[in-house]
Amino acid sequence: MSFQLIERQILTAGKKHDVPEQDPVISTPNVDVYYADKQALDNITLDIPANAVMSLIGPSGCGKTTFLRCLNRMNDLIDICRVEGDIKIDGQDIYAPEVNTVSLRAHVGIVFQRPNPFPKSIFENVAYGLRIHGLTSSKSELADRVEESLRRAGLWEEVNDRLDEPGTGLSGGQQQRLCIARTIAVEPKIILMDEPCSALDPIATARIEELIDEMRANFTIIIVTHSMQQAARVSQHTAFFHMGKLVEHGQTKQIFTSPQDERTESYITGRIG
Amino acid sequence: MSHVTKINLTDTRPSHWPERLIKALLLASSLVAVLVTVGIVFSLLFEAVRFFKIIPIQAFLFGLEWNPQTAIRADQIGAKGEFGAVPLITGTLLISTIAMFVATPLGLASSIYLAEYAGPRTRAIVKPLLELLAGIPTVVYGFFAALMIAPLIRLTGTSLGLEVASESALAAGLAMGVMIVPLISSLSDDAINAVPQSLRDASYGLGATQAETIKKVVLPAALPGIAGGLLLATSTAIGETMIVVMAAGLAANITANPLEAVTTITVQIVTLLTGDQEFDSAKTLSAFALGLLLFTLTLLLNIAAQKIVNHYRERYD
Amino acid sequence: MTDHFTKMTPELKRRLRNEQWFQWMGRGAIFVAIAFLLVMVSTIASMGVGALRQTHIELSVFLDPQKLDATRLHDADYGRLIKKALRSRFANVTKRRDKRKLYNLVSSQAEYTLRDLVVRSPSLRGQTINIWFTASDDVDMLIKGNIASSTDETQRRIDHREASWINDLISKGQLESRFNSRFFWSGDSREPELAGILSAFVGSLFSLLVCFGLSFPLGIFAAIYLEEFAPKNRWSAFIEVNINNLAAVPSIVFGLLGLAVFLNAFGLPRSSPLVGGMVLALMTLPTIIIASRAALRAVPPSIREAALGIGASPIQTVFHHVAPLALPGMLTGAIVGMARALGETAPLLMIGMVAFVADVPNSIFEPATALPVQIFLWADSPERAFLEKTSAAIIVLLCFLIVMNLAAILLRRKFEQRY
Repeated sequence: MSFQLIERQILTAGKKHDVPEQDPVISTPNVDVYYADKQALDNITLDIPANAVMSLIGPSGCGKTTFLRCLNRMNDLIDICRVEGDIKIDGQDIYAPEVNTVSLRAHVGIVFQRPNPFPKSIFENVAYGLRIHGLTSSKSELADRVEESLRRAGLWEEVNDRLDEPGTGLSGGQQQRLCIARTIAVEPKIILMDEPCSALDPIATARIEELIDEMRANFTIIIVTHSMQQAARVSQHTAFFHMGKLVEHGQTKQIFTSPQDERTESYITGRIG
Repeated sequence: MSHVTKINLTDTRPSHWPERLIKALLLASSLVAVLVTVGIVFSLLFEAVRFFKIIPIQAFLFGLEWNPQTAIRADQIGAKGEFGAVPLITGTLLISTIAMFVATPLGLASSIYLAEYAGPRTRAIVKPLLELLAGIPTVVYGFFAALMIAPLIRLTGTSLGLEVASESALAAGLAMGVMIVPLISSLSDDAINAVPQSLRDASYGLGATQAETIKKVVLPAALPGIAGGLLLATSTAIGETMIVVMAAGLAANITANPLEAVTTITVQIVTLLTGDQEFDSAKTLSAFALGLLLFTLTLLLNIAAQKIVNHYRERYD
Repeated sequence: MTDHFTKMTPELKRRLRNEQWFQWMGRGAIFVAIAFLLVMVSTIASMGVGALRQTHIELSVFLDPQKLDATRLHDADYGRLIKKALRSRFANVTKRRDKRKLYNLVSSQAEYTLRDLVVRSPSLRGQTINIWFTASDDVDMLIKGNIASSTDETQRRIDHREASWINDLISKGQLESRFNSRFFWSGDSREPELAGILSAFVGSLFSLLVCFGLSFPLGIFAAIYLEEFAPKNRWSAFIEVNINNLAAVPSIVFGLLGLAVFLNAFGLPRSSPLVGGMVLALMTLPTIIIASRAALRAVPPSIREAALGIGASPIQTVFHHVAPLALPGMLTGAIVGMARALGETAPLLMIGMVAFVADVPNSIFEPATALPVQIFLWADSPERAFLEKTSAAIIVLLCFLIVMNLAAILLRRKFEQRY
């Protein structure tokens, strides 16, 4: 898609992108990440505002997914990964020794690239997080929260008659919305999305994008995407990564209409990437 | 008129018969495996049928007394002997159950630790050690069970005021359990490793601890593979011979008390066929009937195990 | 507001405690399994190490020319000479019962030791010579501390008189513990102090040779057929299921097959390594087929395409290019299979390789036994001295198994993925 087309999308979508500046919910003063000796992220300083969607864009291997996975410490699972510098969420350094990843991830949920429902029933998929965190006290409360989460993920109407069937039996787009329902069921403040639509067809993608826009009211969303149109459509803020560096970030409109850096411009006009 | 050299596509090399011969040889080799199975089934069936002509099959399968005797005189009391296999079956099941009670938690817990927690260095040390446990001949386990485990259990039991047979089912079962640990551990390891990482990520991403992830996501997903492994392990326990020959007794008791002595199918086969015997007596032939019983039992378990494992493999491929 | 990630609620504490518990369960399981292994092996090793040494007693024997007919040296009664030597060594022993105990100090083998010496050098006739004889197993056990002195005298195999004789011998330097080479160089014996593992070892060796000779070619041929030539149809699937099932058939069932078919139907020699090896071959066949198929599958298709592309026939492709590359993998599988066959006992019991065999077999047709069977037989013997022989034989067996498995591992490492 051409640069002009993206620009037009932004302009037509205009109004909802004008959001008041707030205190950042996440701030990362000078973060470096290494895989063994190889530096994956170099001196990333980024503030992410609350109750908005920020998209992370950039060519493959630029470090945007690495950055995303640092925000709820999913990178802890990789032995050779090392994070230096602070990542602050609500002012708390999440890499401080007293932080436990269990509580952190309950507050910072994640949706993955490929839908990965558990091989359990639809109901149990959503109930899983509620159960492990002990968030509900009764069976009926659990059922209510599952229903609410499925409704918020826009899946309730499609599955309410077959909650006992395996989640793996749903279509790709439904599976991904099930994963979103599963994530929002535990009421995180922040939701990380790692190319959530890359395995989906355009219709399913559109459905998820709508959902993301609705979710903005209640969650801070950070989304990694390869599609610049998607970034333009769903996000208010955009950060452009290139070769492990944060090149440029700001309001989506501004990044796409008047990029400051030459590399950003090359990327969004399709010359690199 | 120009001359065009025609390419001859028919084979001009020397005759092809050696290739056909080799191919036939290869096919024949692969048929040997089938032949062995056929040989096992027929030899067991043939001798067992001869046995069932002397002792009716229902007396064998449902008889509660096992007391194989060959008559010295024809008019001797109990000349025919008793050939009820029930005590042997219950004895086999008792020892196998004890073995599985030992091996399942040990094997499963160690495979979970190795697959999910242990670093590469721990794995590099522990895995070969567990394999060593599997490589030790069963005659060694039998020797150790009879020499050390059985007296130890007896000593402990009597000091607690319990009556313990000197060749208790528990001693044989314990040794057999340890022998099976590596089998369960390696099969569960395969099953656990086959669970896609994305499921673990999803669970961690929701804030589950590693133990919660394993218990609620990984193990349920790996369950078919693990169950298949447990069935195979049970089949191994049932067919195991040397440990029970050396550490379990000859007493054909029907009991569920692990401190009593029991005997097993394999022990009786060995007892019947070693030592002096005439070949056509009911006593000797009964060993083949027991062999047939053993073969059928283990075959059913193996087929069930393979069905489960294959079915499960298809789900993630 | 930001203590979300650090606050330790009781609920969270419980979950983290569970996590720790869970990990310790795993560690505990591994610890128990490995501790069992170590305890078992070290117990057996500590019991077996005694068998490496053997007690010997020095006696001065008068080779009485009157008792030794120079023309028939081989048939003379050497036992009497030794008894006389013992009587003169302990002159104060007079009672018949005590004398019998006295004669029991040295092994029954002693007279043959003496005979061989005299036959070899007849010039010794008429001299008094000092010779070291193998002590009896009871003396050996006492010296090795395997007979507790506190045991009730009537229960003991050595009473205080015998003990005093032994002490006397020790004090005169006439009793020594030496390396027991006999254990490695002689066959089985009813007398524990004379029993060795050579006959069993040779029996195992012959059986394994037969086993390898049959199962390796059959195994790799079957694997080549199934992997390279078999059409993908029901028949091939049937053969495959068959092989998998065969791999899980209890070993004793193969013994029954051997008994019914090889011995009773074919009339092959009972107790022979030939039949033992055949039975073991059938048992190892599935292992070798499965390993060889994996090795063939690991050869990249590009090599087949290259060979076929220059006009090699499928058979040539397999035998010139694919099989040689897969050979190390196949050999590794074969060694692992052989190691399992070496430790196998039950099927050998079925075909009669459980007889008492004192002589080292010379061919695969002679009655023989095998190492694990020898262990089984010795473990069943009542004499205390056989305990250490059993343990020592186990250690020897384990050493062979470890060497074979190491060889397999090294082979695998050396040839791992070099294409």
